[in-house]
Amino acid sequence: MTSQPFPHILTAGTPAPDFTLHSTPDQTVSLSEFRGHNVVLSFYPADWSPVCGDQAALYNELLSEFRKHDASLLGISVDGAWCHRAFTENRHLHYPLLADFEPKGAVARSYGAYREHDGYTERALFVIDGEGMIRWSYCSPVGVNPGAEGILEALEELSAKGVVQ
Amino acid sequence: MSKLTMPVGERDHSQGPEDAAVTLLEYGDYECPHCAAAHPVVQEIQRRVGDLRFVYRNFPLSESHPHAESAAEAAEAAASQDQFWEMHDTLFEHYRSLDDGHLIGYAAQIGLDVNEFERELRERTHEDRVREDFMSGVRSGVNGTPTFFINSVRHNGSADLDSLLDAIQQMV
Repeated sequence: MTSQPFPHILTAGTPAPDFTLHSTPDQTVSLSEFRGHNVVLSFYPADWSPVCGDQAALYNELLSEFRKHDASLLGISVDGAWCHRAFTENRHLHYPLLADFEPKGAVARSYGAYREHDGYTERALFVIDGEGMIRWSYCSPVGVNPGAEGILEALEELSAKGVVQ
Repeated sequence: MSKLTMPVGERDHSQGPEDAAVTLLEYGDYECPHCAAAHPVVQEIQRRVGDLRFVYRNFPLSESHPHAESAAEAAEAAASQDQFWEMHDTLFEHYRSLDDGHLIGYAAQIGLDVNEFERELRERTHEDRVREDFMSGVRSGVNGTPTFFINSVRHNGSADLDSLLDAIQQMV
């Protein structure tokens, strides 16, 4: 996976495009279900790749911190729901992974987070408020785990402004 | 790029002089094979670099490593009997054998009051302390283990001897 110089992901102040994606082979999740609550969207290139695994392991430990800010975490990649299920079970993940699988990468495209040249999603993070507005976004080089301090700062700022009560 | 957000202080476990020219700080997980591999590297650095202080903070990824949290709390329980480093070394030397039975065995082996040690583990006495370490790491850009900071600046190179020694030399 080579890096693309200037990914054009959606930025703060943009309404978050709604979506409905499979989280398991027989269940779907829609962004609009989270209205009134904050959402952290974590696009990542692929289940099983080493950096994704580390990033998932880290976020898995931080779900309670996100909840303190009334935020749910959703992971998204172009892997299928069966692949997500295996990865979730293997890593004991406690947050949903969504399959941007058919049509491939359509949701990632709508967020400017699809890598046309290699068919993966960017390693991109979005913090979305209860009104469905993007309040913070960040795109990391594909090989670099962005950690979580940016997400936590963005959520703290949201809580301080009292957007979601 | 990333800087240590919680400065080294009284609460920390450290080896070496407080006013050392170099402070090497590790965020680690006792069940992480990469951390276990880095353990002798740190010991070698301590032998080679004279004026060095080493600080260790907990960063257990407990869903990936089911015994990491209790091992971290075990090290803290040893610390309350002034034997943090003895337990720290033992845990990394046995990173594949960290269930409760083993932890209690190690406590006996290094001469701790085992009843007190077991009580602290059972009551989760050190849970908050370990979480405080963990969150201080998250807020400093720690994204996996081991992560090293040299004089409060994150070491982005690998955790091998040459890479760490090079980075340390550049600091002095």
